[in-house]
Amino acid sequence: MGKKKIKKKEVIITGFGGQGIVLAGRILGQAAALGDGKESTLIQSYGPESRGGACNTQVIIADTFINYPYVKHADILVCMSQGGFDKYIDQLTDDGILLTDQDLVQLPKKSLKNFFTIPATRIAEELGRKMMANIIMIGFLTAVTQVISKKAAKSAVTESVPKGTEKMNIKAFSKGFDHGMAVLKGKEKKASGKTGAV
Amino acid sequence: MTAAIRTGEYFITGDVACAEGALAAGCQFFGGYPITPATEIAEHIAERIPDVGGTYIQMEDEIAAIASVLGASWAGVKSMTATSGPGFSLMMENIGLGICTETPCVIVNVQRGGPSTGLPTQGAQSDMMQARWGSHGDYEIIVLAPSSPQEIFYQTITAFNMSEKYRVPVIIMTDEIVGHMSEKVIIPEAKKIKTVSRVIPKGRKDHFKLFKPGPNGVAPMPAAGQGYNVHVTGLTHDEKGYPVMSVEAQAEMMTRLTGKIKKNLDDIIITESYRLDDADIALISYGVSSRTSMTAVDEARRMGIKAGLLRLITIWPFPDDIIRKLAKKVKGFVTVEINLGQIHREVERCAGDKARAVLVGHPGGTIIPPDSVIEKLKEAF
Repeated sequence: MGKKKIKKKEVIITGFGGQGIVLAGRILGQAAALGDGKESTLIQSYGPESRGGACNTQVIIADTFINYPYVKHADILVCMSQGGFDKYIDQLTDDGILLTDQDLVQLPKKSLKNFFTIPATRIAEELGRKMMANIIMIGFLTAVTQVISKKAAKSAVTESVPKGTEKMNIKAFSKGFDHGMAVLKGKEKKASGKTGAV
Repeated sequence: MTAAIRTGEYFITGDVACAEGALAAGCQFFGGYPITPATEIAEHIAERIPDVGGTYIQMEDEIAAIASVLGASWAGVKSMTATSGPGFSLMMENIGLGICTETPCVIVNVQRGGPSTGLPTQGAQSDMMQARWGSHGDYEIIVLAPSSPQEIFYQTITAFNMSEKYRVPVIIMTDEIVGHMSEKVIIPEAKKIKTVSRVIPKGRKDHFKLFKPGPNGVAPMPAAGQGYNVHVTGLTHDEKGYPVMSVEAQAEMMTRLTGKIKKNLDDIIITESYRLDDADIALISYGVSSRTSMTAVDEARRMGIKAGLLRLITIWPFPDDIIRKLAKKVKGFVTVEINLGQIHREVERCAGDKARAVLVGHPGGTIIPPDSVIEKLKEAF
């Protein structure tokens, strides 16, 4: 996961209108293209129903020019709504990584191999701004998947959020990132047979 | 970096890249009317055009929008508008006026599914024939098709350059997918961007002939208020611009309107080849579908099928000669486009009995997946 270099990563981020799903995708794509010097594409899907309705964005990151900008099989699926999870879980590859907002997505009983969850919306509320859940999720994704570098992600966040909110958003990003690192550490411990709280 | 040319690396949509390309080309006027998925072009221009001392006007509808664009061009500035299917239909009559009065301007159609209101938020390539023949009468027009945000930036500059050079409206036929997708766009230094401006007349103002062609078949163009006597009409007119209702005047005007394009095909027609040198099967595609086609070519090659791609950048005038020559070399053609066979008919016409031509079409709403191209390749050849 993230340790061996893969030439192409296909990502779907889903949620509902108003959560900043497209902005999250934009930060991811921009970090890869401008910060990490890779190629990336961003497709946003919306319709007349998008306000409060389902919303998704597709990002592909690769070392070379991406001819086909739509995601067929997702290597990474980020779900910030139950509807998004239900709709896109079948597009996740067998080795794919699933990230969810812990309080917004209920998982089916069967266990998923590469699964990580974070109460992004709850943490955002604790920080005083529910709307920063998307930035927390981007921090979490950066730590867990390493699909973009932390440096590139942070500058993409700074460049993409409204002026005057940069500090607050970087704080949100760091919360998500640190949570991701802690979860990863916990998983490693578990894998090596140790137990204990994450 | 200048006010018009924001040198740097960006992650932006095709629509925004189009707007930046227009400013880099020297666009000073945008007459618009919002419509999905072209609104972001108007939005971005409205924000940016004051930086270069230009003007943005939101008109009452698309008919007025294109009318204002023609007027601005006669006032001496590079002008443009952007729209989608329904607005494009409304603009047709005045696009004809622009052709007849030899008015340089750029019209962008960010295509969505049609007919009528169709699929406002989803892409298609189904106005390609309308771009060629949508206005009444015989004429020649220049139409370009970009496949990425980076390309739309450059093609918008090319569109302005060609429209200024040939005094003809130039249409950029993009689509919702390219318009709304974000990708890396590199805006070069100002000195690396070549811009062309219309030739301004010299000499006596009292004996001036508004439509007397110069050496390349194109007449120099004064701006209103420069002291030249100008009469601009959609009626058939002579070199002075005065209406003349005669068979001879019609023939002379039509020869000039079509000749300036037909005599400069080598300069106007732009295509790109991808793995075409030893190909048995030539894919013909443009815009977003040419990206699909490149993936399909690579997959076909891996399967041992010698496929290649001719990517059309200029759609109209159509590259008849290039495809006719290719027809003698390949077994067949596969046209890949998000419509039910508009450019395919042109490919069939040029292929004649020399090569088979099949279509991978789509009724619109999404991009064509490479798999459907591969399936067709296996089935047809």
